Amino acid sequence: MENQYLNSGDKNIGVEKSTPNILHKKNWKLKEKIFKIVLLFAGVTILLIIGGIILSLLFSSIPSLKKFGFSFIIGNEWDPVNEKYGALPFLIGTAMTGFLALLISLPFSFSISILLGEYFKKGLLSSFIKTMTELLAGIPSVIYGFWGLFFVVPIIRNVEMIFGAIPYGVGILTASIVLGIMIIPYSASIGREVLELVPNDLKEAAYSLGATRYEVIKTVSIPYSISGIIAGIILSLGRALGETMAVTMLIGNMNSIPENIFAPGQTIASIIANQFNEANNELHISAMIELGLLLLVMSAIINFLGKYIIKKLSVEG
Amino acid sequence: MEGTILTTKDLFVYYDTKCAVNNVNIEFQKNKITAIMGPSGCGKTTLLRCLNRIHELNPSAKVEGKILLHGEDLLAIDPILVRRKVGMVFQRPNPFPTMSIYDNVISGYKLNGIRLKKSEFDEIVEDSLKKAALWKEVQHDLHKRGTFLSGGQQQRLCIARALAMKPDVLLLDEPTSALDPISTSHIEELLVELKKTVTIIIVTHNLAQAGRISDYTSFMYLGELVEFGATDKVFTNPQNEQTERFLTGKFG
Ligand SMILES: Nc1ncnc2c1ncn2[C@@H]1O[C@H](COP(=O)(O)OP(=O)(O)O)[C@@H](O)[C@H]1O
Ligand SMILES: [Mg+2]
Repeated sequence: MENQYLNSGDKNIGVEKSTPNILHKKNWKLKEKIFKIVLLFAGVTILLIIGGIILSLLFSSIPSLKKFGFSFIIGNEWDPVNEKYGALPFLIGTAMTGFLALLISLPFSFSISILLGEYFKKGLLSSFIKTMTELLAGIPSVIYGFWGLFFVVPIIRNVEMIFGAIPYGVGILTASIVLGIMIIPYSASIGREVLELVPNDLKEAAYSLGATRYEVIKTVSIPYSISGIIAGIILSLGRALGETMAVTMLIGNMNSIPENIFAPGQTIASIIANQFNEANNELHISAMIELGLLLLVMSAIINFLGKYIIKKLSVEG
Repeated sequence: MEGTILTTKDLFVYYDTKCAVNNVNIEFQKNKITAIMGPSGCGKTTLLRCLNRIHELNPSAKVEGKILLHGEDLLAIDPILVRRKVGMVFQRPNPFPTMSIYDNVISGYKLNGIRLKKSEFDEIVEDSLKKAALWKEVQHDLHKRGTFLSGGQQQRLCIARALAMKPDVLLLDEPTSALDPISTSHIEELLVELKKTVTIIIVTHNLAQAGRISDYTSFMYLGELVEFGATDKVFTNPQNEQTERFLTGKFG
């Protein structure tokens, strides 16, 4: 006890014995140490897990990497029977669905951000729209896929007939529409949050120069929060790239490069979901793991790109 | 040059049911500086914000009574026009952080979608910054963002931004309370110079400041205007007991 007193650096030696309750903290140094170790352990574990995932993916893709090298990325044939594995159709499929989904979600998420971040900040309507948007994020992916099959597919089939395309119903566009709806809540909620962070006195300054609400939003609020808005869009793109279940149900699962947006195709996630069960030789498994690695790298690049943009655009002060 | 430019008649302002401005009748004189003083919470900011109708951004604020600008009912004109005629400078310097100094000065035009020639904008920028006594310091940095400026310079930039719209009246809400003494005296000198072209209404907590720069002083207490008159008269011979207490440093 006495020792701890001195070690703690507490030099109040003259303190009377009648007030020990405040100064006597039992074993606080030890507790502090244990607490820190527990936290550190969790942090290190996460690092190990991530490192382990990357390493095991890398290790397991060695056979495929060795056999195909760079041609894995530019090869446009995926033929397990003849042991030919080229990922280009899936890379293109992933890029197309991701981009289209973003395009479809953007007007909605942008409008909802502004609606909730600027127009209806409080009140019944606001919390109703907010809850509904959050609910959109909570719907399980398989339900989106199911809904897409029964409601979006017939509509797209009609559209395809009008345009004279082959009426598959399923395909890149169908998957993108559903995916676009799925990612609305992500960019919308981040957009709303960053718009709410725009300092009120900046908006008041703009209003007192005679600006209208639209002009304030356009000239002050959006420029101020643009990096956050972009962060939200990028986050939602990351989500779109990796989305598996709904896309697998709706994309048509064709292993060739899609000729147009109506054509069936395949994303990296959907081809893995389609074939991991039936893959039984080492090379096929290895090729799919390499696909997984590619998806991981793509997500990492997007993340990095997003952070870079945010850093460049961010407002100082 | 003489005469009344802005008048309030039986003005009441309520936040929901709370009365923040209680039956204020005041005549602001053209090309003069009028100081509004009083202990905090007495309704100075509320009164000021009615004069360019920025109070309407707060849905709970309700105004009763009349405000006349050049004899015209200010509450019946388009608020957007009112705000171009009656500019405002805030307590905390708030230049737009996403814009350059140049763009900040002409932000009123940009915001309102008013397009002018580059040469015309150049002229407005130079003229406004000179009026705000900031031109010499920033003329070589016009296209940098205003965020690197000192607090006092930022506040002068905000004054330039308001002046660029060529307002008739300039409202300032404790514009120097966040600034150091040197920046404060810069701004005081500037305001005295500015009253040649624009009517100035300034809320201030600082007695000495009101004494130094204002021509008229008004004193508010619990939402009421309890004293209004020429500054030297109010300072030397206040009619109201609360004013006297305030002037002798008994509160506030
Ligand atoms: N947005 C608001 N909502 C409700 N009450 C307010 C609001 N702003 C000010 N008030 C109240 O109105 C009164 C006057 O405030 P204000 O005009 O800010 O005084 P001052 O600027 O003189 O300090 C205060 O009692 C304050 O609490
Ligand atoms: Mg105030």
